Amino acid sequence: MSSGAYLDHAATTPMVEQARLKWLESSQLVGNASSLHNAGRNARRVVEEARELIAGDLGVRPSAVIFTSGGTEANNLAIKGAYWKLAERDPARVICSTIEHHAVMDPVLWLGEHEGANVQWCEVDGFGFVSPDRIGQMLASQAMPTLVTVMWANNEIGTVQPIHEIAEVAHAAGALVHSDAVQALGSIPIDLTGIDLATISGHKVGGPVGVGALIADPSISLTPIVHGGGQERDVRSGTFDPAGIAAFAVAVHQAIADQPAHARRVAALRDELVRRVQQAIPEAVLNGAPMGANRLPGNAHFSFPECEGDALLMLLDAAGVYVSTGSACTSGIPEPSHVLLALGASTHGARSSLRFSLGRTSTLADVEALMAALPAAVDRARRAGSAVQR
Amino acid sequence: MKVLAAMSGGVDSSVAAARMVDAGHEVTGVHLGLARKSATAVAGSRGCCTLDDARDARRVADALDIPFYVWDFAERFSQDVMDDFIEQYQQGHTPNPCMRCNERIKFAAVLDKAIALGFDAVATGHYARRVDTGGVAHLYRARDNAKDQSYVLGVLQQWQLRHSLFPLGEDVKDTVREEAAARGLLTAKKPDSHDICFIPDGDTAGFLKGRLGSAPGPIVHAQTQQVLGAHDGTFGYTVGQRRGLGMHNPLGDGLPLYVIGTDPKSNTVTVGPPELLDILSISGQGPTWADGVETGRMMAQVRAHAVPVPGVLSVDGDVVHFCLDSPFRALATGQTVVFYDQDRVVGSATVTATERVAESLA
Repeated sequence: MSSGAYLDHAATTPMVEQARLKWLESSQLVGNASSLHNAGRNARRVVEEARELIAGDLGVRPSAVIFTSGGTEANNLAIKGAYWKLAERDPARVICSTIEHHAVMDPVLWLGEHEGANVQWCEVDGFGFVSPDRIGQMLASQAMPTLVTVMWANNEIGTVQPIHEIAEVAHAAGALVHSDAVQALGSIPIDLTGIDLATISGHKVGGPVGVGALIADPSISLTPIVHGGGQERDVRSGTFDPAGIAAFAVAVHQAIADQPAHARRVAALRDELVRRVQQAIPEAVLNGAPMGANRLPGNAHFSFPECEGDALLMLLDAAGVYVSTGSACTSGIPEPSHVLLALGASTHGARSSLRFSLGRTSTLADVEALMAALPAAVDRARRAGSAVQR
Repeated sequence: MKVLAAMSGGVDSSVAAARMVDAGHEVTGVHLGLARKSATAVAGSRGCCTLDDARDARRVADALDIPFYVWDFAERFSQDVMDDFIEQYQQGHTPNPCMRCNERIKFAAVLDKAIALGFDAVATGHYARRVDTGGVAHLYRARDNAKDQSYVLGVLQQWQLRHSLFPLGEDVKDTVREEAAARGLLTAKKPDSHDICFIPDGDTAGFLKGRLGSAPGPIVHAQTQQVLGAHDGTFGYTVGQRRGLGMHNPLGDGLPLYVIGTDPKSNTVTVGPPELLDILSISGQGPTWADGVETGRMMAQVRAHAVPVPGVLSVDGDVVHFCLDSPFRALATGQTVVFYDQDRVVGSATVTATERVAESLA
């Protein structure tokens, strides 16, 4: 890892040693896991062992694990795959929260724009919570085949949803439930009981980038979005990546085993970070759920009034402190966070925030490095903010 | 110094940034995101604003091993440059959006933000020279007059010039390209940009029609008042324009006709012989001064590559008047006139009116 204080574990977190070793070992395999000879079977064994490991840890059948290229693909498969199946005979609907990750929100928007899906957005309260009652009302307002998709925990503000209550309400109305659990896995306990479809990702839990899974019981039929050789019960074609999958499974296993201790340690560190930020910069506003069980233990998210988040990010970057203004984006252009806007922030307010996310490798030294740089950065960014307002 | 290198993704700003690094400055690269998503962010490189350009700028910053960011000024750009551009055309003027961008975005909003963030200066790849005397920053034409871009910087005032660096002012273009190639920068062979960045196909009339709709009206001869044809909106025409009138020899005399004027109020485009375009003096408003008001004999330049013309400048508050030594052909309101004392930029103004030879004879 490069020198500097890395406070962006929600974007990606370093690979754990066991996963790295597993990847190196499995990358030596010769066969295509779909080949019928001995070499193929050996590769397939690695894939199936990984599938069983994940299934065991999550309490599902091995056949419920569909390996994908990551969280985004798993979300797309869950949403489009389930929607198309639901809409085969009658018009169907997708109910989605307003603070989903783009990997959920954008497929839902796309279905609405291009496939005629009936899309309904469920608003959140000021902490970012989705109300199960509200979901129930939306479902009751119109009877039609419906997919409800609500993220387990938010990637920006760390709010943990009452996902089982939501699932209960949804099932009572006959709806399918999908939850993007990418941020939740390894940070809080994951009980998939009553969750029809769940998305997990490798690189957020110490596995490699480029591998993830959709957890979906085979009783739930999905329309494939990637056609080809028919791998993964014909739902997700493409040559298996035994090394990536094996390393992913090791990381998931480790993350779930370590979760209680990890959460305790990281939450204590996060609480210290929050305390110090509030002490040094009293006007900073903590966004998201109150700290406790309903917030991801490694997440702290602040608005710094009159500052631009991207200016703060740049100043902290120069000081060797790596943070984020929201979710990582490819263009490099920070858009105002739709999550903060959904919480009721103004466009300017939404641009004035920073996310600090802690992980396995985080230490008090990282928090200290942040605090050594943050007050001066806020001071300067405030002046830059007023310059830009002019 | 802490220098912010504005990196468009073109060869010039790449080399400018590289030279700032060589000079020992602490350099940070910034690419300005001016286009809203997918507006002009299309495949292919047209000089600025496209995805390829942002990527090229990033890769040059990688090669120079400097921090790199994309700053989103799309909203400001849309309001201050694009909306203004459309509005000016709608009112019958011919604005220069690049100068407006320099005036409002690059050397204003971006410069302000840079200074507030602790930078000492912004460096760009413009071909112009900054020469300081007695604590005052002066803007001069580039050493190579063919490459000179001092005109588009003519709107800069002292506080802006003082924080601006133009590392390419002493160069001729070929040396810059050679230098980019020698440095291994991937922008070395990129074509120059010429078009307005938000109209990458160069079809300004088409762009305006898309925004303003069509407003058909007559094309009238300036002297005979005879209706010679029809137009689709006065905003599609610029004073001095000869091509694209949709008329071939309408008077049967074989002589070319030029746009003499556009009047959005009566929705009329007036055409006539070129001598009607000759002007004696220029009136302008909103003058900017590189370093305080200067009047008297000097040169005026009205387009990026126009030949400067001599005359006498006088100033009355917010209004300037430039009396030409000899008649000058074709100038539209809305254009920016930049005043020079030899090679030194004195200031600028937006053209509001011209006094025509034909009018003075009438």
